[in-house]
Amino acid sequence: MTLTQRLRGIDWISAALWVFRAVIIILVIVGTVRKLFLGVGTQYTTQDWLDFISSGLSQGGLYALIALGYTMVYGVLFMINFAHGEFFMSGALTSTMLVASTLSRSGFMNEQPIIYLVIVTVAAVLTSMAVALLTERVAYRPLRRAPRLVPLITAIGASFFWQYFFRGLFGSEIKPFPVPAILEGWITIAGITFLKVRFVTLVASLIALILLYLFIMKTKTGKAIRAVAEDKDVATLMGIDVDRTIAMTFAVGAGMAGIAAILWALVFRQAHFYMGFVPGIKAFTAAVLGGIGSIPGAALGGLFLGLIEAVGPPLFLEGLGIPAAHQLKDVTAFTLLVLILIFRPQGIIGERLAEKKA
Amino acid sequence: MSNLLEATRVTKRFGGLTAVNDLSFSIPRNSIVSIIGPNGAGKTTFFNCITGFYVIDEGDIVFDGHSIKGKSPDVITKMGIARTYQNIRLFSNMSAIENILVGMEPRLHSPWFGPVFGLRGTKEEEEKANVDANQLLNFVGLRGKGDTLSSSLPYGDQRRLEIARALAGNPKLLLLDEPTAGMNPRETAETTEFIRNLRDEIGITVLLIEHDMRVVMGISEDITVLDYGQKIAQGPPVEIQGNSRVIEAYLGRGAAGSAQLSLKHQEAA
Amino acid sequence: MTRKEWSHLIRIGLLMGLAVLVVSVIGMVEKFNERALIVGYLTLGQLLLYIPALYAGYTSVPAGEHRAMPQRLLGGVVVGLLAVMPVILLILVASSWPGIRSYFVNISPNMVKILTAGKGVGPGIGLLAGEMAALGLIGAAIHLIPDRIRKPIVTAIIFTVGFALFSDVSLNIANQLFARKTVRVLFGTKGITPLATVIVFVISLVAASLWTWKGREAYARRQANMSSEQAKRSQRIATTVLMIVLLTLPWVLGVFLTDVLDRVGIFILMALGLNIVVGFAGLLDLGYVAFYAIGAYVTAIMTSTGNLGMGLSFWLAVPVAVVAATMAGIILGIPVLRMRGDYLAIVTLGFGEIIRVLVRSDLLKPVIGGAQGILNIGRPTIPGLTFTTPQHFYYLILLACLLAWFISGRLRDGRIGRRWMAVREDEDVAEAVGINLVITKLLAFAMGAAFAGLAGSLFAARVGTIFPNSFELLISINVLCIVIIGGIGSLPGVVVGAFVLVGLPELLREFDEYRMLMYGALLIIMMLVRPEGLWPSPITRREMHAAEENAAAVEAEHSSDIRAAVEG
Repeated sequence: MTLTQRLRGIDWISAALWVFRAVIIILVIVGTVRKLFLGVGTQYTTQDWLDFISSGLSQGGLYALIALGYTMVYGVLFMINFAHGEFFMSGALTSTMLVASTLSRSGFMNEQPIIYLVIVTVAAVLTSMAVALLTERVAYRPLRRAPRLVPLITAIGASFFWQYFFRGLFGSEIKPFPVPAILEGWITIAGITFLKVRFVTLVASLIALILLYLFIMKTKTGKAIRAVAEDKDVATLMGIDVDRTIAMTFAVGAGMAGIAAILWALVFRQAHFYMGFVPGIKAFTAAVLGGIGSIPGAALGGLFLGLIEAVGPPLFLEGLGIPAAHQLKDVTAFTLLVLILIFRPQGIIGERLAEKKA
Repeated sequence: MSNLLEATRVTKRFGGLTAVNDLSFSIPRNSIVSIIGPNGAGKTTFFNCITGFYVIDEGDIVFDGHSIKGKSPDVITKMGIARTYQNIRLFSNMSAIENILVGMEPRLHSPWFGPVFGLRGTKEEEEKANVDANQLLNFVGLRGKGDTLSSSLPYGDQRRLEIARALAGNPKLLLLDEPTAGMNPRETAETTEFIRNLRDEIGITVLLIEHDMRVVMGISEDITVLDYGQKIAQGPPVEIQGNSRVIEAYLGRGAAGSAQLSLKHQEAA
Repeated sequence: MTRKEWSHLIRIGLLMGLAVLVVSVIGMVEKFNERALIVGYLTLGQLLLYIPALYAGYTSVPAGEHRAMPQRLLGGVVVGLLAVMPVILLILVASSWPGIRSYFVNISPNMVKILTAGKGVGPGIGLLAGEMAALGLIGAAIHLIPDRIRKPIVTAIIFTVGFALFSDVSLNIANQLFARKTVRVLFGTKGITPLATVIVFVISLVAASLWTWKGREAYARRQANMSSEQAKRSQRIATTVLMIVLLTLPWVLGVFLTDVLDRVGIFILMALGLNIVVGFAGLLDLGYVAFYAIGAYVTAIMTSTGNLGMGLSFWLAVPVAVVAATMAGIILGIPVLRMRGDYLAIVTLGFGEIIRVLVRSDLLKPVIGGAQGILNIGRPTIPGLTFTTPQHFYYLILLACLLAWFISGRLRDGRIGRRWMAVREDEDVAEAVGINLVITKLLAFAMGAAFAGLAGSLFAARVGTIFPNSFELLISINVLCIVIIGGIGSLPGVVVGAFVLVGLPELLREFDEYRMLMYGALLIIMMLVRPEGLWPSPITRREMHAAEENAAAVEAEHSSDIRAAVEG
């Protein structure tokens, strides 16, 4: 096909979309150039930029961990589990209130910081799993055959319910999360200085991601989950208990959210009943970025989103002369989401699932 | 111009797979033409190319003197091509009459805001559309079933309703994708008769995909045989029946002799 | 009793026991106890404890099973006792370990006092257990009363409790109609007096009995015998009566309730718009609040007399706001035209969030005020009247709602309505029958956005000051829930949905902390019990029905779809 033919084939909608994409790309390039070469806005040192990158990556690791839950549930049920952010919140809040505060008051935290971290993480993981299993059983399982809007609404309902349930249980104030003294301060590795918590968060989330990947690829349960994601009917024929496997999927996803919850609490040093909402939406964005349904995709999407969010505003938004660019962090994230969905709905990696099933 | 539709050297690829390969094909006005071929031969893909579901990679399709290459399905339908589907695709939560009314889209022109202001033209058009839709319903033998939910109609009625929906837009060319699939011999015979009437009485040109050889051989004036996206034979039914390449494509090498017999037998029956 | 029956009893009992425990631990009982239903006799907190026991007793006999009377009653007592077990444990723990409050904020001495009726731990537990067992017994015994008598009694009880719960409504009305003294006899500061309870119960019992015994049949007979002429006339009369009621309502209800009505009305307006997008055309839009925000901000900027505003007339601002929202609807609609289902929902959600953050940011502060919002928004005026009170705005909002209702209904029944329905059912086929998807979808987005813009405009004028946090994602979700709980695609459903999801919470504002909890639980229960909504459109009813029955058939079709694709 010649070029003119090809151009004639493009309708005005495609043209409009191309213009939209071009405008965004030009804005990003102009902003970056103005920042780096013309020195618009605040000047940052190399250390500053490294800080942006490292905190972005560690934040991204957290997004990735939470995103796993979205992506796995979407994989098996083709549903957006709006309540996933609340699984995350329930783990953080319960562990903070019932375990962490007690252990720090008794002095155990700084005597045995490693064991302390293990205990609070286990508590968070167990809570998140329990909440997830309960939600699945009550609000999702009876609706497997209902039209798609129905489980979406129950998911929204479950989200509200858990938020305000935990608010009633533990109160509405922001709870401080006790951080062991060994995680205070900075650490220098290969000449680069990190905040210790940031470093620990990144390493821990990477390890968790790898373990989960191995779990999904190597274990029998993992294989069952993949089989159910591929085709429920055939999985049933192969003797897989689909209901149990779906419940397992929720539990594993929520477990990851529980780990993320403690890491999040370490970084931000607090927990409250409303903390699930924003990470939930961001992690969901990350899952879509990577290609929803794909586990490596969720990991990549999370890291990428964290990075863009941290580096984007100081780089190209300030370069464009936008005041208080950090406020537009979320705009960067969601613009990225919209762009990806318009131009590459299958995500960075991953196949195009939604089209087929929608 | 005598041909209603003229496809020249049409090629459609999906990734590495060439589903339709260099296919040239024409449909004379007022004729009944069939495409046959084994499963996966690219028949339905070719349908989808004609109706604009797929954009063809190479070649051109000219309908009624205008190229339809790269046009969207709704535009092509408005030019006068209507279709049915292999697995029935009615608007299942709409009543029979609503299905037909939606099918009338190509010939309705009242503005969308008409009903809000109670415009006279809109009202008249709607009333006429309702009358026509009921006539069409009677024509396909669904008298009195207008308010039935289309998904609760019996199978044969659903097939007929789908044809009625296709006819509602006053098409010049009707594409039927396996219209007798799943029907018993009596229903098949009725449908065959019905298709012939469409051409004879209303003057609609018909392009047919069909597996039932009795139907194909009985009503087609011209048959094109596809295999692996390529045309391997074309001609009137008698020629096709005796074509050894066709039989080979269907049954594999070696079976040709016996198959020829059985096809002849079928025609006689 | 068999083992199966026992396990059923235990499950029901413990489940309800868990419910009682939950409402106690999160502080609902304590908070709700401040609210009297029948002054001096029953509080809402007590009702919260009693309902699970009653329900456990009622469901202790599975439907359709026949069992001897003593066994049934015994079952009722058992579930009642089981339902109280967890909370007895709670009382014991809470009374022996006061420190628990530093973990669970709402386990307070006061809660223990309420649960034990202030009689000390031992006697209190005994009393509570006795009450719950009795309620379980009553619940089980309800089955024994013959239908003819049971129905009116249950209806009357529910109505009386509802009347007491929403006594604010009748109190406000009574305050306008009667002298203070009369009102005092019937209403406490909250809830109703025992005298009023008896009156309401008797009246509703008589009415319900007459309806059950005579009225229903007579009504059905009259309906059946009515000629079309008569039917038309009775409909006309009904419409006239409805119009008169709607027009006089604000003066009957008073300022407070009219204000609630205004809020509900604005949500009805928005939900009617979203109903076109989601209900008619099947396009799931989660960023709907954006158009509401645009309508509100355009109106605010044009009419504000503050330093950000232009001080123009409201009547000039409304059309501009609607057009601006419509344009935005079209512009945001273009990129999502080719998306389906979930992806559409996500992108629209993304758009909504982008707009929300932008509104709040410093970037647009010089134009729209950032977090400080816009103050001194101009009031609408007509010669001789400036719209200031809720009652004034009521008429404006009513007019807008009627207009939106009329337009929605006409469009739905017309050609565009059929096109929307076809697109909702099957996009590909719709396109293949000659429907221009671009225009059809954009029209849906545009109409929806226009209604939201109008709603935003009225909102801005009504409140006089707008802030970014009036335009949270929560609004989009709320409106979506109204559409779905009411009955997707149904116009009366939208109205019912708005009253249930916006009106009721406004009336129960004193329970603010638990509003969203109940809202969430309501959404889940509704979807489990009645997914087609409170007032479904005929189409949804068909669809939900079909979804259950034809699930297998659909799956089969799906696999043949795949086969077809493979073959093509």
